[in-house]
This record gives sequence, structure tokens and C-alpha cells, in this order.
Amino acid sequence: MQNVLQIVYLIPLLPLIGFLINGLGRNHLSKSMVRVIGCGTVLASFVLSSWVFMEVKGGNTHIAQYFDFISVGSLKIPFAFQIDQLSSLFLLIITGVGFLIHVYSTSYMKEEKTEHFGRYFSYLNLFIFSMLLLVMGANFVIMFIGWEGVGLCSYLLIGYWFKKQEYNKAANKAFIMNRIGDLAFLIAIFWLINKLGTVSYAEVFTTTNLAKLKATDITIITMLLFVGATGKSAQIPLYTWLPDAMAGPTPVSALIHAATMVTAGIYMIARSNLLYSLSPFTMDIVTYVGLATALLAATIALKQNDIKKVLAYSTVSQLGFMFLALGTGAYTAAVFHVMTHAFFKALLFLCSGSVIHAMGGEQDIRYMGGLSKKLKITFITFLIGCIAIAGIPPFSGFFSKDAILLSAFAKNPVLYGIALFTALLTAFYMFRLLFITFSGKFRGTPEQEHHLHESPFAMTIPLIILAVLSIIGGFVGIPEVFIHGGDKLGEFLAPVIAPHSEHAVSISTEYLLMGLSTGLVLVMIIFAWFKFKNYTHSEATGLGKVVENKWYVDELYDKIIVDPLHKLGGFLKNIIDNKVVDGMVNGVGKLVNYSSRQMRLLQSGQVGNYVLLMVVSMVLIFVLQFFLRK
Amino acid sequence: MIPVLLILIPLLTGLAAFFIKQHKAIRTWSLVVSLLTLGVSIIGLSLKEGSMELAFSGEWMQTIGSSFSVKLDGMGKLLCLLNAIAYPLVILATWNSSYKKANNFFALMLLAQAGMMGVFLATDALLFYFFWELALIPMYFLCSQWGGEKRIPVTFKFFIYTFIGSLLMLLGILFVYGKTQDHSFSMDAFYSVVLSRKEQTIVFWLMFVAFAIKMPIFPLHTWQPDTYEQAPTATTMILSGVMVKMGVFGLLRWLFPVVTFASFQWADFITIMALIGVIYSSLIAIRQDDLKRLIAYSSIAHIGLMCAAAFAQNLSSLQGLMIQMFNHGINIIGLWIVVELIERQFGTRKISELGGLAQKAPVLAILLVIVSLANIALPLTNSFPGEFLIFNGIFSSQTKYNVWFIVLAGMGIILGAVYTLNMIRKVFYGNTNELTASAKDITWKEKMALGIIVLIIFVLGVYPQLLLNETSAIAETIFKKFELVLRSLQKQ
Repeated sequence: MQNVLQIVYLIPLLPLIGFLINGLGRNHLSKSMVRVIGCGTVLASFVLSSWVFMEVKGGNTHIAQYFDFISVGSLKIPFAFQIDQLSSLFLLIITGVGFLIHVYSTSYMKEEKTEHFGRYFSYLNLFIFSMLLLVMGANFVIMFIGWEGVGLCSYLLIGYWFKKQEYNKAANKAFIMNRIGDLAFLIAIFWLINKLGTVSYAEVFTTTNLAKLKATDITIITMLLFVGATGKSAQIPLYTWLPDAMAGPTPVSALIHAATMVTAGIYMIARSNLLYSLSPFTMDIVTYVGLATALLAATIALKQNDIKKVLAYSTVSQLGFMFLALGTGAYTAAVFHVMTHAFFKALLFLCSGSVIHAMGGEQDIRYMGGLSKKLKITFITFLIGCIAIAGIPPFSGFFSKDAILLSAFAKNPVLYGIALFTALLTAFYMFRLLFITFSGKFRGTPEQEHHLHESPFAMTIPLIILAVLSIIGGFVGIPEVFIHGGDKLGEFLAPVIAPHSEHAVSISTEYLLMGLSTGLVLVMIIFAWFKFKNYTHSEATGLGKVVENKWYVDELYDKIIVDPLHKLGGFLKNIIDNKVVDGMVNGVGKLVNYSSRQMRLLQSGQVGNYVLLMVVSMVLIFVLQFFLRK
Repeated sequence: MIPVLLILIPLLTGLAAFFIKQHKAIRTWSLVVSLLTLGVSIIGLSLKEGSMELAFSGEWMQTIGSSFSVKLDGMGKLLCLLNAIAYPLVILATWNSSYKKANNFFALMLLAQAGMMGVFLATDALLFYFFWELALIPMYFLCSQWGGEKRIPVTFKFFIYTFIGSLLMLLGILFVYGKTQDHSFSMDAFYSVVLSRKEQTIVFWLMFVAFAIKMPIFPLHTWQPDTYEQAPTATTMILSGVMVKMGVFGLLRWLFPVVTFASFQWADFITIMALIGVIYSSLIAIRQDDLKRLIAYSSIAHIGLMCAAAFAQNLSSLQGLMIQMFNHGINIIGLWIVVELIERQFGTRKISELGGLAQKAPVLAILLVIVSLANIALPLTNSFPGEFLIFNGIFSSQTKYNVWFIVLAGMGIILGAVYTLNMIRKVFYGNTNELTASAKDITWKEKMALGIIVLIIFVLGVYPQLLLNETSAIAETIFKKFELVLRSLQKQ
């Protein structure tokens, strides 16, 4: 084997094989076998991905063609993978963070029955497979296959505990909301086929082909793709599925929120950055939607009492930041934030899993408190995660968020103001969560208190690794003002992402903005400390209640979309189809019946005999004609 | 000789079946002969286009210009294969069902198979009509003799509908026949007939209504849910899996090439009706509590999409449609098998009375989930390439309403996910109730039938070119007809 790029197909294939073995053999394999297969395949993919990454870093990119997936007339859609800077980076994030979540799961899910344990790991492997397909695909159709694939896997995993109908409803909601976005994505693909006759990146993103597209076409295509992205990456208006998605086991939330699924939308737009840069209108929409989502979700997170819900809304909010970056043209900053967010959000979710584990399944932070003494590793790693997401230097979140804020400032200081405000809210609600959970007195039952314990190594080691990554992960993108040539990530991605042309910001302003945001974040943390160090619960009223109920957006959707459609279905079924359409037909039927009786065409009045006569005579004609010819 | 064998094997073995009185023997007999037909059909598939074995022409009623001409082309290959695969699957999956006068039941089923083979093979209009009737008549008996409680009025409705359809089709055929140069029923004569625009419109509507009833297209669909519900499940499987494809097939073989201009002219109107039907039946499916009726309405939605694809009249939509006819047949038979298994075990098809089956019957649950996801065209299942091409075809069709059409059709995708996932949730997930607490998983015969379906789903989902290679030539031929019309219109 001369070159790992020749065998890139193994990267998605291995998790697929893991899925098949664990899925088909779940009644026969022991739990330890399931563990080895589930984690081993992803680890192998990670090793291959690292190898591929080194190759790409050395300057080798590759498009691997396998077979024609669909070939009709002049339309050819090959089954092909594209390995370049962008996809190789995502490969690392997906398989790396994915592997840690697999390892964590081996312990977190150990109470499950063997066959469900196998089912769980097979779903996880399928999830990794779909996500790998999504980022490796060399054209939009292969991306779409992975795109719907991750939707399916999230459906399966959110509804993993299928005895609870509430969870199943959350699973359905995730799938259906995603499908709405998927439809827009699909139409964008048709639009491309219609205008260019191809969907391969290598052919679409050429100057000649891009020049063929009219401005309106580009705007429509980019808008449609963006609607697709709002579904998968949980942006307004299709974000409500993500907070409900925490019905699945906690490691699954980590997987959905950090390594896979929600980053798909960012990947898609970053992949199509040449197209987006040609449509200022779409860029503005992406900016506003991203910012609005970031702010809305942050306000909701302020008042949530479920540890996972706070994290879920923080994901929605952070994704909003990434879209803000995309919309302002800072594609690299968005990808950078995907990476650092993958580290600290996976860390935070896995920490919350460790807390829930220790609390015997309790997720409500009102009944926690003072956990720092018993869960030392979890506490410290959670603290690191909080610092990283709040954006305090030199933790990873600082660098990526700073890049986004700077880009927003360069576009419009008002955008910067709102984004900074949102970042402050982020710091506040994250430290609220930290303090309510870990400081003060324990507020649960004595029995729970007795059972409090730190999680086993299989869970804490992934936490420690992710914590280290959350600290140092930002050093790949140090701003130019600190170290010349410090933005290694930007350099690496330059071949696939056209460099960001702004930076009308002077060096002194840049220092000022950094200092401002860091200082205010620290103030927010201290404020949160005084407010929540000795937390006691009180009922929310007024605006607080509206926020606690998530601005009643779910209720609104039910009222204006779900209920009317449901009622319309009933009306069509009971009135139109039964009475009107069928009534007309029955009328005709009666008329025919009546007239035929009048004319005594049928001696016996029975359809059966008449039909029998017909078939017999026809067969006779046929046989006679065929055999008695001269 | 292949096409003749495909018709003769089920015809003769079906007639022979009337005389096999023993229940077990007739079951085995039917399975063996249907496997034989399948074998012949696979041989046919392996032969290259243009092979002597794929066509046959014999004298029949030469005095009036009709001959016994049959031919197996790309589209016919897929549909005959579907017909041939469907029978062993259905017989295997309903192995434990018992029928009174089983010999008559299986005999009529096989006769219907012969009729459908003939429909897909005939290259003579009168012969086509003859086989069309031969396929339908056994169905009346199967519904009226072996159906559910309300079988008599329902069969009557089914009869009236299809009888009117057949009558109109016969009129259409005779009209064209009268205009052919040398008064012939042969396909070539029909394809080269010269009709004025007014005449084209008359023929178009006569024949389209017949095919629309068979598919069925909104608002001519109300026979279908009732019939599917009342007919014995094995018959329903054949009706919905194979027989409804006769309608779509009819459009492609006997309508578009004969009255191309009228087909082009009325395309927008019919596409709108078809797409309204998609949304209409999807919304009704959401509210169905009876599994059979739910699948029936889901099928109306899928067929509506196929009709829209046919009238998009371009290469992408035609190719997508042809492979979709095959794949839809496979998937819907899979769904019926699951319904049959549920009904046989619990004595009910009411979604509200079931629940929690996944705990007790995990294999059945997994197989159902796979088949259902294939039915809503998830990528890497067999329906995705077909629906992708259909949507692409609708989007790139000549009409100026293409964006509206794609949005309407797309609504169907979303609603399809709604009713399918709700059904899975209510029947398979959640807790068991008194009825389902003692549920048993499926037997190996049923596993085998569903397993084959799942295998087909994935193989054709990953490598759809297997089917697309077969259909490219015939799709091209039909498309050329439309190109000619377009060119002549542009000249004017």
C-alpha cells in the first residue's frame, strides 16, 4: 500500500461493518465483544483519518471514484469521495470525538440488556458512518445520502428507549423537522442539475460554471441550501427538535451536539463558500438568522432547570454564532468554532452524563448542588468546559469566538454588540449551571446523597482528554496580532476556503475588543457566582415564565401548523372522501345498477355470472382462433 | 419464446390448479410453478435487447388485423420480473392462511398473473385489451368470494369502476384502429397513426380515464381503499404491488406514443390533479386507524407521484418512473406482509388497539422499519434513486409551473414521513397492552419472504444502475416522441 488515499473507502466502511456485526449479532455477542467491535472500528477509522490528514497536510488531495450511482442521459452522479483540507479536518473531529463518546458509552450504558447494548452500539456506528459519508462525498448527492442518514440515526437514537412514547414523539419530531430542511436541500440539488448538469464539487465550483449561473439562481440555490442547513443545524425556524432530542441517552446527545449532525449545516455552507460569496443577499440572511438564533436560544437557556436542556440550548446558540461567522464571510472562523465547540460541548454533555449517572438518573439541577466534593474529576472538567465556552483566554473557545466577534464587528458594530451580549449571556447561564449543580448544599434525597460517586475510568478518561483539548484546541488559530503566522488553521484551509478579505479593523481596535469581551465575561461569571452560589428555587413569573417555557414557540407551531393539518386530514377523510367523492361514485353505481336491471341485460342480476360468461367466452375465442387457424 | 412461456406457464398451471383439491398440494403447486415463472423471467432479464428469444408473433385474428404478438423490452422486463417475484413472495408469506376451496383461489391468482404478464408483453392493441380483462376478471372473483364482510358491495364498486374504464379503453382502441392505414391492431400501426389534434384529444381522454382508474388518480380512487381492505390479503398484495402498475404502464406503452401531442397538451392539468391527489391522500393517511387503509392511501400518494412523473415527459422522470414501478411493488408487498402477520396474530388491524410490538417481536419490528423507510425513499434504499429521478424530472419538465409542482410533490415527502413514523410509533413502540403482551415473533418462512424484500431494497438502493441500464433504451424511445412534438411546436 503506497498511499493511504487509495484506501479512504475504509474510513466509512469500518463503522458500517461494525454496525452490521453488532446489529445482526446483538443476541449472540457478549457485551465485551460489542464494546470491542463498536469502539475498535471507530478507532481504526480515526487512525486512518489521522494518516489521511497528514497526507493532506503534505499537500496531497484526492478524489476517489468508485461507480456510477445514477447515470441517466447526460446526468452522471458518481459514487465518489473527495479528500481535501476541509473533509480531512472534519474526519478527524468526527472519528476522534466520536471514538471518545464510544468509549464513554461502554460504561454509561453497561446496565442495558445485552441485545439493547448491541443495538445501541450498532446505531452509534451507523451514525458515524452516515456522518463520514456526508463529509467525504465528492458531490451534493452523496452528501445528501449522509445528510438523511444522520437524520435517520438521530431518529433511532433519540427514540432508543422506545417504551416511552414521549421519547418516540421527540424522535419523530427530529426526523420530520429535518425532512423539511432536506426537501429544500433536494430542490437546491435539482436547481444545480437543471442549470449546470452536474452536482460534483469539482465541477460546480469552477469559475466557468459559476459564471454560467445568474445572480438570482445563485441566490435561490444558496437560500435553499441554507434552509436545509437550518433543519440539520437547528436554526430558526427549524430548531425546536434539538432540545427535545435529549430524550436519547446522554452520550448520544454529545454525539449529536458535538461531533456529528448539527455541524453538517456548517460543513455544507463552508463547502459551498464560493457559491455563497457570490450572493450578498443570502449572506445577510444567514447572518441575521444566525444571530437571532444565538440570542433567542441564549435567553431560553437562562431559565432552564434540566441540565441537558441548558446544554441543548447552548448548542443552538453556539451554532447561531457559527452561522453568524458564515454570514459575515468568516468561513474559517466557523469551521474553527465547529472544532473547538466539538471539544467543549462533547465534554460538557459527557460531564452532565457523569452527573446524571451519579444522581441515579436525576436531570433537574434544582435537586442537585454541592456535587464538587464527591465528583472531583467531573467538576474540574466541567469547569474547564464552562471556561472554554465562555471564551476566556487561553482556552479554546476564546480564539474561535473572538474570530467570529471580530468578523461581526468588521461587518457592522451593531452585529458585534448583539453578538457580544449573547456571549455574555452564554457565560452567565453556563456558570449558573455550574454553580447550581456543583456548589452550595446538596438538595436531593438522602438516598441520592448516599449514592453519589465519581464515575469509572471509562467515563472519566474521555472527560480528561476532552478537557485537555478544550484548553489547547484554540492554539491552531492564534490571531495574527499575537503571533505572526499563528493562524495555522486558516493557512491549512486556504486551498478550499477563499481567504476572508475584510480585516479593516486596526490592531489597537482588535486588542480593545478582546479586552472588552474578556473583561465583561469575567464580570458576568462573578455576578453568576454571587447569584447562584447558594441557590434556592423560586417559581418564575412574568417574563421569566415565558422564557422558561421557551417563548411558547412549540405551542405556536402546534397551533398554526400541526393542528390545522391534522384537522384538514380528518375533514378530507370523513367528509370529502367518504361523502362527496365516494357519494358521487355510488350514485353512478346505483344508476348503472338500476338501468341494467331495467333493461334486463343480466338475466340473473348477478355480476358474478355475467363476468364468468365474459371470461369463458373470451378464453374460447382466444383458444379457437389460435389453435384452429388453417 | 420467453414471453410466450411467461404467459403460458401461469395460464396452464392456473387452469390445472382448478383440479387439485388437496389444500397442501395446491399451495406447493402454486409456489413451484411461480418459481418456474420467476426462473424464466430471470433468463429473459439476462438476454440482450434484440435477441430472437425476446419476441414472438403468431397468427390470431388476422381477418381483422390482429395478431398474437408479444415482446419483452426493458420496461416489460422489469414489470414481468416484478410480477414473477411477487407471486412466490406472496405465497410464502401467506403460507399459513387457509382458504375454502383453495384450488379455485390459487387457480384464479395464477390466471391473473398470466393476464398481467400478457398486459406487459402484448404488442397488439386488441391482445393488450384481452389480457387486461383476463387480469381483472379473476380479481372480481377473488374479492367477491374470499373477501371480508362487506365484500359484495365493495366488489360491485370495483367492478363498476373498472368496467367503465375498460369500456372507454376499448372505444379508444377501436377509434385508433379505424384510423390506422391498413386497419391493424399492431403496435407499429398504432404508433404511426396520424390523428388530428381533436381526434388525439378524444383518444387521449378515453384511454387516460381507463388508466387513471386503474392507477388510481384522484378523484377516481375511492374503489381502492375499500377493495384493498376487503380483498383477501394475498390478493391485495398482487393488486397493489403489481396490478396498479398496469395503469402507469398503459400510459407509457399505449397512450404517450400514440397520442403524443395530446399527452403533451394535457400534461399540466393532469400533473396538478395527480399532485393534489398526493397531498390529499397523504393527509387522509395521517388520520387512518386501519393499517390496510393507511397503506392504501399511502399507495395512492405514491402512484400520484408516478403519474406526475409520467407527465413530466423527460428522460429523468421516465427512467425514474420505470424503476420506481418495480421498487414500489416490492416495498408495498413488504408492508402488506407485515399487516397480514399482525392481523393473523391479533385479529385486528386497528392501530389504536396495537402497541409495543418491538419488545415482543423485534425481528418483525426491524424488518417493518426497513420496509417503511424504503417506502418513504430514504437514501440507500431502493426508492430513493427512483424518487430522486422523478423529482428531478418533474423539476426540469417543460412546464412553467415546475417550481410549484416540486413544492407540492415535496409536501408529499414530508407528510409521508409523518404518517409512516406515526404508524411505527403507535404499533411497534411504547408499551404492550393486553392484546400484544403475548405477541410472538415471526416464523422462518415469513422471515425469508421479508428478508428477500430487504435484500432487494438495499441492493437496488446502493446500485440502482442494475435497473437503470435496462430501462434506458425504452425511455429514450418514448422521450424521442415528445422531442419531435416539441420541435414541431417550436417551428410554428
